[in-house]
Amino acid sequence: MALYNQHIGSPKIRAVRNTLLGVLLFLFALATLFPIYFMVISSFGDPVEAGAVSYSLWPHKFTLDSFVFFFHYSKYSVRWILNSLIVAGCVTVSNVIFATMAGYAFSKVRFRGRALLFTILLAAMMIPYQVTQVPLYILVVNIFQIENTYSALILPSLVTVYNIFLAKQFMSAIPTEIIESAKVEGASQFKIFFRIIVPLSKTVMAVIAILTFMDSWNTFFWPLLVTNTMDMQTIQVGLKNFRFANTTYFSPMMAGATISALPMFILFFSLQRYFLEGVTVGAVKG
Amino acid sequence: MALSTSTSTAASKPLKKPRKHTDNFSGYAFIAVALVVYALFTAYPVVKALIISFQAYKPLGSTYVGLDNYEATFKSALFWKSIRNTIEYTLLTVPVSLFLSFTIAIMILPLRKKVQNVFKAIYYLPAVASGVALSVVWLWIYDPLPEGIFNKLIGFFGISSQNWLGSSATAMLSLVIMSLLSSHGASIIIYLAALIGIDESYYEAADLDGASFLQKLRHIVLPFLRPTTLFLLVTAVIGSFQVFQNAYLMTGGGPDHATTMVGLLIFDNAFKYFEFGKAAAQSLILAAVIAFISLLQFKFLGKEIDY
Repeated sequence: MALYNQHIGSPKIRAVRNTLLGVLLFLFALATLFPIYFMVISSFGDPVEAGAVSYSLWPHKFTLDSFVFFFHYSKYSVRWILNSLIVAGCVTVSNVIFATMAGYAFSKVRFRGRALLFTILLAAMMIPYQVTQVPLYILVVNIFQIENTYSALILPSLVTVYNIFLAKQFMSAIPTEIIESAKVEGASQFKIFFRIIVPLSKTVMAVIAILTFMDSWNTFFWPLLVTNTMDMQTIQVGLKNFRFANTTYFSPMMAGATISALPMFILFFSLQRYFLEGVTVGAVKG
Repeated sequence: MALSTSTSTAASKPLKKPRKHTDNFSGYAFIAVALVVYALFTAYPVVKALIISFQAYKPLGSTYVGLDNYEATFKSALFWKSIRNTIEYTLLTVPVSLFLSFTIAIMILPLRKKVQNVFKAIYYLPAVASGVALSVVWLWIYDPLPEGIFNKLIGFFGISSQNWLGSSATAMLSLVIMSLLSSHGASIIIYLAALIGIDESYYEAADLDGASFLQKLRHIVLPFLRPTTLFLLVTAVIGSFQVFQNAYLMTGGGPDHATTMVGLLIFDNAFKYFEFGKAAAQSLILAAVIAFISLLQFKFLGKEIDY
């Protein structure tokens, strides 16, 4: 990158400059990571502290008692994690399948009304969440009467417009000639989709899967609205209830927060490439 | 780098005509589920919101009340306060966050690819943790006791302890700081991708003219990153106008409604007071405001950009 002076004659200056930049970036990284670091080390403290809470920036103690405490707080703690897994799992699988199919249709299949339908779908991304929130609640609770069920948690996010948009963007780059020549050889659209498009679209499918799973795992308000018994809550709602019920238990609260975030951290570190790709794939278009 | 949406296969059009029927069928088959989900859980709610906004909603038999919900909203002091709070929050977070992200992306740029990826991952990490988990942590960081982490930190600079979330003077600032430190990852990555996409030849030409780093920044980087900045700005403002999760979890909108954003007000009206009609009216006003602001941004900053 030649925005910076390359200092071709003096690699030393370049090394010093890059080190300096690295140090500055590292300091800002510390500030960014601090809350997460603080959460994790605090979760290893004693569940019930004698006297005032002692905040320590260094791990002075290592016990898993606070995690045990969190799981003992409610007999549904494990169920919350399971519920989150079930909901996020279903939502992810259905988004990958249906967003990929719709993305293919909108990018490569010619059918009447395609452009108009896609515009109508895209327009939905402009509508604030608050607008649909109340009618959606009425629909699920009063009309469908599926409050407090997995269906209520899963159905509204079966396939999102954003994921369709991602899939369409990605598939537009697949050369149309491949599809044309498959057609000439007599392949049906469904065969083309499963034999050609799906194998070529693994990257975007992985991106959709990961972003959807993360969104669904972290979502809080919808499960809060449509569940009313502890056994149907997700881990995020459970964590919030734990917090409000036990305002003084510092370490167990941090343990709960760590538990709710840990699966995402593991996923992030093992599939980082797709996470970071997912950030840019929807954004860079011009 | 652009995944362009070019579908210009005009040349092959005449060949295709006989096939049109089969394509229509498979096209609709592929989008059938998406359309049903969209119609049921997006389109219907939007229409319904419009209807409810003219009603006093009751589960059995709502009554039409004309523009009452809208009128009550515009007369409500709390509504205007929430608008002011939302604008204040947006002005304090969005420009700072964009500036920070841009600066950091510029700083990451000359480093080796591996180091770049490490920093990208670090800055993005808070975005994968749930909002509830982060709010739990920040609640303790803002502990009003002198032993609280944040109070200790400002103690180094000789500032006395604050009741961060509990006082109307600092509650908004606390939410702003929290947002600044946990939501810049995506924009850094997007800026960096755009920076890497700038063609080398522009810098070479500038080098021949003896341009300095700052001149290159001003005359090459800034114009090239304008579409990216516009995209980030518009999405950040839209996001900021809808924000209410942190306020809900950290302050509940208090103290004295100092952190009641429009999003939270709508949520409270709907699910605390069950005034669905009022909530629907306010949500549509919010939608109009967001659309208007986005339009303004495109008009004033989108000049000379063609997508």
